[in-house]
Amino acid sequence: MRRISAAGSVLAAGAAIGLWFAGTAGAQQKEVLIGDQCDRTGATQIVGVHLCPAIQDYISLINSKGGIEGYKIIAREIDHEYKVPPAMESYELFKRDGAVSIMVYGTPQIQALTQKLTEDKIPGTSPGFGTAAAANGTRYPYIFPIAATYWSQGAAAIQFIKKQLGGNLAGKKIAYVFYDNPAGREPLPILEDLQKIEKFELRTFAVPPPGVEMGAQVLDIAQRYRPDFVISHLFGRSPSVAIKELKRAGYPLSKVIGLVWASAEADIEAAGGWAVAEGYHTLQFAGVGDDYPVRKEIVAMYKAQGKEPPKEMASTVYYNRGLLIAAIHIEAIRNAIKAKGGAKPTGEDVRKGFESIKDFTLGGLVPPLQVTPTNHEGGGWVQIFQVKGGKFVKETEWFRGYPEVLAKAVAAAE
Amino acid sequence: MFYRESGVFKTTYATDMALYPLPITKWAVAAMAVLFIVIAPLTLGEYLISILNLILIASVGALGLNILVGYTGQVSIGHAAFMSVGAYTAANLIMRVGAPFWVAVPAGGLMAALIGAIVGIPSLRIKGLYLAIATLAAQLIIEWTINHVSWISGGVQASIEVPRPSVFGIVLKSQTQLYFFLMFFLVLAIVAMQNIVRGRIGRAFVAVRDHDTAAEIIGINIFRYKLLAFAISSFYAGVTGVLYTYYLGIANYEQFQINVSIDYLAMIIIGGLGSVLGSILGATFVTLLPIVTRWVLEGMGGLLFSTSELLNIIPNLRLVIFGGLIVLFLVVEPEGLNRLWGNIRNYFRMWPFSY
Repeated sequence: MRRISAAGSVLAAGAAIGLWFAGTAGAQQKEVLIGDQCDRTGATQIVGVHLCPAIQDYISLINSKGGIEGYKIIAREIDHEYKVPPAMESYELFKRDGAVSIMVYGTPQIQALTQKLTEDKIPGTSPGFGTAAAANGTRYPYIFPIAATYWSQGAAAIQFIKKQLGGNLAGKKIAYVFYDNPAGREPLPILEDLQKIEKFELRTFAVPPPGVEMGAQVLDIAQRYRPDFVISHLFGRSPSVAIKELKRAGYPLSKVIGLVWASAEADIEAAGGWAVAEGYHTLQFAGVGDDYPVRKEIVAMYKAQGKEPPKEMASTVYYNRGLLIAAIHIEAIRNAIKAKGGAKPTGEDVRKGFESIKDFTLGGLVPPLQVTPTNHEGGGWVQIFQVKGGKFVKETEWFRGYPEVLAKAVAAAE
Repeated sequence: MFYRESGVFKTTYATDMALYPLPITKWAVAAMAVLFIVIAPLTLGEYLISILNLILIASVGALGLNILVGYTGQVSIGHAAFMSVGAYTAANLIMRVGAPFWVAVPAGGLMAALIGAIVGIPSLRIKGLYLAIATLAAQLIIEWTINHVSWISGGVQASIEVPRPSVFGIVLKSQTQLYFFLMFFLVLAIVAMQNIVRGRIGRAFVAVRDHDTAAEIIGINIFRYKLLAFAISSFYAGVTGVLYTYYLGIANYEQFQINVSIDYLAMIIIGGLGSVLGSILGATFVTLLPIVTRWVLEGMGGLLFSTSELLNIIPNLRLVIFGGLIVLFLVVEPEGLNRLWGNIRNYFRMWPFSY
């Protein structure tokens, strides 16, 4: 037994090394590599299982149409299980193989990679997570949030609440329920700034990880504090628990808004179905639903191959976010290739490509982004969708909350 | 490590206890040193060096945990928290007073040792699972404290960016440069650990592990040695945290959560409890296994599945393989990779004339 296992492990190691060399030898011309970090098996798999396939589907769609400017796009996906060391390892692999941009996944991962990305001059994206201050392109030249940061999300939520409560927030009570980790606390400074401007009352309710037990906080909100509106900034399993508990405590869900990671079909279903969550508002940084041309093209692509479209498409919130991430990378690379007159771009070129993204909406799925060398967030646009009659119904068009307050905060962040 | 002999010729205790029982051992160690300090950095690319770097960092942590769990027999699932203590101590020193690495590394270790010794106090009364829960509490308390005290964590994000270490004015940026930096500390850690476990302290640790009442009766101060084990182990953890911070350029509490503690426990159990070599083998195994299984699956999976299926299969299958291999190893060789290596060596000792 011992001898067999020793021999087996030697064989396996040999096979692995041989294959790996074989795999790296065949690099071809006219290809552009994007490093794609994802998490289908770790702490945030609830997001990853829908978002990661969407990225690959969009890249296949682009390649099926002949790539961009004659280049085939390869998005090499590596699953890092939401851990930092595998994220480092896969980043070094992408760098060795000449990746021109990295789709980073996860707040600890983008923080760990920030210094490396800047030193190696490879742009990395952190849509909807990571440090809000990274919107400051002067301070973080190679980090691109490209979607509403937690600060923008908080500001947009307040703007929406103001509209819902009749245009005046003075004296109104707002409860902020948050997952007690850095990402959960991040919107707080902005909410406090806005509290001073709009003169509302703000009370915070921390939910300790893993966030599946919040009976006390919900009772406190529904029975004692009785706020005019609730902002829910939760992750993973906890958004569904919040919906369920608030419903049980008798608090109207039409007075609750969930930030971007508390806003997916999966959360509604886990809370007990669409009927339970009726009225719940959700904040989105990518379009929701099936009504976008790019989704129809993907279905057509699968049909043309004689296959059924993937079941992940049913989760439109996360799937569409995956499309947004992939599409923005593709757009940046397209800009970079055009700017170089068809030559193969480098990471630096793609950074400039990101910084010249403008008027790119993908049929309404992507907000009217305006990424500039100083603003890497692209404006912080969001849409609000409400749970109504078994689906998400659009309540607002793309809008931004308090852009001038945010601009000041981003500039002030070191 | 790598040697053969034709028989037992030891006539004194001194030769029996020698660090290098045969001349070839000395040569083997020298050859390993040349391989890892000269040949590896010259021949391997940045990517492979980056994997080695992760192994080096993990090895320091695994060595430390092995002192506590393997040698002294005290269970701890708070190892990652002690790393975070080291990381934040160093990050604060670097950012507030501009401490160089030769101050930050030992300072992080000492602070972690202090906290570790405090956490170790319950070990005087409780053992086994109860102690595990006490260290779990330490993990949660330290995590909470770092998360909520902004004086330590440096703000809402609880992360502090630190500049790269510089040696004689050279900023260590590339993976190869960092490799030498990390290797220096790993060599120090190995030498220190060998000296600890082969000396009086190490013997006392083993006595405490094997039977603490008996150890007390023969005159070992249990109080002192249990706390010492916690302190030394946490010192190693703190240094690991500082090295990790330097390597990533940021201290972030999310990198030191409870699953990291579990990973380190897995390393020393797979590598072999109570052995220096085992700690390093275990750290190597746990770090490399997911990477190597991915290489294999990416290489061979294309024969069986389409790309989109493969992307779903690889990470899931990798977890299954990882779990399966750990069970297999524990069944085949409960004493870990260290014993497995020993068995192979013993087999070849008399080969081909074994009896």
